[in-house]
Amino acid sequence: MFFKLAIKSLLNRKGSVLMTLLAIAVAIFVLLGIEHIRQQARDSFASTVSGTDLIVGAKTGSLNLLLYSVFRIGAPTDNISWASYQKIASDPNVAWSIPISLGDSHKGYRVVGTTSDYFKHFSYGNKRTLSFSSGEQFDDVYDVVLGAEVAAALDYSIGQQIVLSHGVVSTDFNLHKNHQFTIVGVLARTGTPVDQTVHVQLQGIEAMHASGGQTGFLPPPGREPNRPGAASAQPPENITAFMLGLKSRMVTFRLQREINAFANEPLLAILPGVALSELWQMVGMFENVLRLISALVLFAAILGLSAVLLASVRERNHEIRLLRVLGAPAYYLFFLIEAEALLITVCGVLLGVLSLYLTLFFIEDRLFTDYGLHLNPSVFTADGIVIMLLVVLSALLAAAIPSLRVYAKALTNSDD
Amino acid sequence: MAITLNAVKFAHDQVPESPVLDIAHWSVDQGQQVFVHGPSGSGKSTLLNVISGLAPCTGGQVSVLEERLDLMSGRQRDRFRANHIGYVFQRFNLIPYLSAVDNIELATHFSNTNHSESNQSLLDSLGVDSSEWHRPTSQLSMGQQQRVAIARALVNRPEILIADEPTSSLDQTNRDRFLGILLGMAKEHNITLLFVSHDMSLTQHFDNVQALSDFNKSD
Repeated sequence: MFFKLAIKSLLNRKGSVLMTLLAIAVAIFVLLGIEHIRQQARDSFASTVSGTDLIVGAKTGSLNLLLYSVFRIGAPTDNISWASYQKIASDPNVAWSIPISLGDSHKGYRVVGTTSDYFKHFSYGNKRTLSFSSGEQFDDVYDVVLGAEVAAALDYSIGQQIVLSHGVVSTDFNLHKNHQFTIVGVLARTGTPVDQTVHVQLQGIEAMHASGGQTGFLPPPGREPNRPGAASAQPPENITAFMLGLKSRMVTFRLQREINAFANEPLLAILPGVALSELWQMVGMFENVLRLISALVLFAAILGLSAVLLASVRERNHEIRLLRVLGAPAYYLFFLIEAEALLITVCGVLLGVLSLYLTLFFIEDRLFTDYGLHLNPSVFTADGIVIMLLVVLSALLAAAIPSLRVYAKALTNSDD
Repeated sequence: MAITLNAVKFAHDQVPESPVLDIAHWSVDQGQQVFVHGPSGSGKSTLLNVISGLAPCTGGQVSVLEERLDLMSGRQRDRFRANHIGYVFQRFNLIPYLSAVDNIELATHFSNTNHSESNQSLLDSLGVDSSEWHRPTSQLSMGQQQRVAIARALVNRPEILIADEPTSSLDQTNRDRFLGILLGMAKEHNITLLFVSHDMSLTQHFDNVQALSDFNKSD
C-alpha cells in the first residue's frame, strides 16, 4: 500500500514528475558519460605502450622524450650514437631492444626507422604485440609497413610504391624522389599512435639520406632490390631513441641510473608508465573541469527535485491531514515523500544509464574506426555504480527538506 | 462512557494565555448520537482533534473508550485513532487519485482490526455503484464521494464516528440521503456518533443536541 500510494501520487502529477525525472536522467547521462569516456581515454592513453621497461633518448625532458618516441609529437632534441645503443643493448640484463629513428614523414604521417624487433617486442594495451592485417614485415631496405590509419586514410594497399620525404612537413620540397618504397605490410588497428606511423628499416632511413650525396655507403640513384646483405650489413651512425625490455623488473631502476650517468654521451632513460601518468596529470586539469560541469548539472537536477517535492507537499495539505486522521504516523509521511523522491531518482538514473548505454553501443564502432578510441559500452563499472549510489543518496538528502516539513507539520498539529 | 473530558484545556503554542478549549467536564454515552453546534472558530474542530488524538490537549484528562489519550504517546494515539475512530469531513475525505476501493484499503492499512465484511459489500450497502469502485474518487460526484467516505470511516468497525460538517458540501437531496445512511449505520452497529455542524436544520435528526458554548468556557 505504501508504494502504491507513492506511485499513484506521482502518476497524479505526471507533468512535473516527468520533467524532474528527465532532468535527473540527463544529469546521469552527462555525469556517467563523461566519467566513462574519461576512464576509457585514460586507459587507452596508458596503454599506448606496455611491456617496455625503459625508453632511452638524448638528454631532454622526460615528457619530451615520451612525446616524440611514443606519441610522435614534437621533435627530438638530438640523436644518440649507434655505439651507445649497442653498448646498452648488450647489457646482460636487457632482454630485447628496439631502436627507432625519427625525422622523416610521408604526407604528414611520421616515418619511423626501426628493426624487425619492433614487430616482435613492441606491445600496447594488455601486453598485445603488433599484428598484420595484411602483408608481412619489411625485409628489404625499401620495404615499408604502414599503420592501420595511414593505409586507410591514404587508401594504400600492398605492393603500392610511395615516396618518403625528409623532415616532418608535408611538402614536395624535400622529397627523396629517387627512393621509392614498396608497401609490404599493413598493421592491424591498435588505437595507439602506431596506427599513424610509417615503418621502414633503419637502413631505409639511412639510404634516403645517403642519397643526398655525402657518404653513400648505399648505391645512389635507382633501386636495386634484394641485394642480399648489402644494406643491412651497414649499421646506421645515429638513431633517435630506443626501447628496452629487461629480463627482470628488479634492475629497472639500477639500469636507469646507469644510463642517466652514461659516460660516452648524455642520455636519458625514462619509465614509460611514470612518464605517461605525468603527462596524464597535465591533461587532468581538463578532465576536472568536465567533472565539475557534470556535477553542477546533477546539482541543478537535484535542486529541481527538491523544489518539485516542496511544491507537491504544499498542494497535498489535505491529503497529508487525511493520512494523519486515518492513523498514519508522522514518520510514515516522512518516508512517503522520501519514497517518491527515491522512485523519481531511480527511474531517472535507469533512464539515463539506459540511454547512455544505447548511445555508447551505437557510436562504439564509429569511435573505434575514426579515432581508434575503444569504448566499452558497459557503464556498470565500480565507479559508475558509486556515482549512481551517490546520486540516489543526494536525492534522498535533498528530499529530506520537504519530508521533514511534512513530518514537523504532522507532529505539531495537523489542524491548519 | 464513550468519551469523557475532565478539566481539559487546549491552547495554541502562540497564544498559551487564551485557550481555545476550556472544558470542566463533558461526556458522551456509548451509542449516543450527539449533535454539537457552534459558530465557526468556536473550537469545534479543536474539540474533535483532541478527542481523536490528533492534537494533544494542553492539560486535563481525555478518556475515550475508557483509555486515557492524554497519557499516550503520539504513536499510540495514531494507532488508537486508526483502530477505534472513524472520521468524516466536509470535504477532502478521500485521496483523489486512488479509487474508492483503494481509499478504503488505505484506512485498513493503518489499523490492526479484523475485517469480516469485504470492502465491496460495504460500498454496496452504502449505495455506491460497482462501476464507481475502481475509478479515481476525484471523478465521483460529491454525494458519491461522501458515501465512500462513510464506508472508509466504518471499515475498521470503529466504536466512535466523528463527523465534522459532513453535509455542508451537499445539496438537499444528497444531504438527507447521507444523513439517513450515516445515522442508520451508526444505529445498526451501535456506534457513538459525534456530529459537529453549524447547520441547525439538522438538529431534528438527533436526540442529543448541545451547543459547544454550553460546556466550553474558553472565553
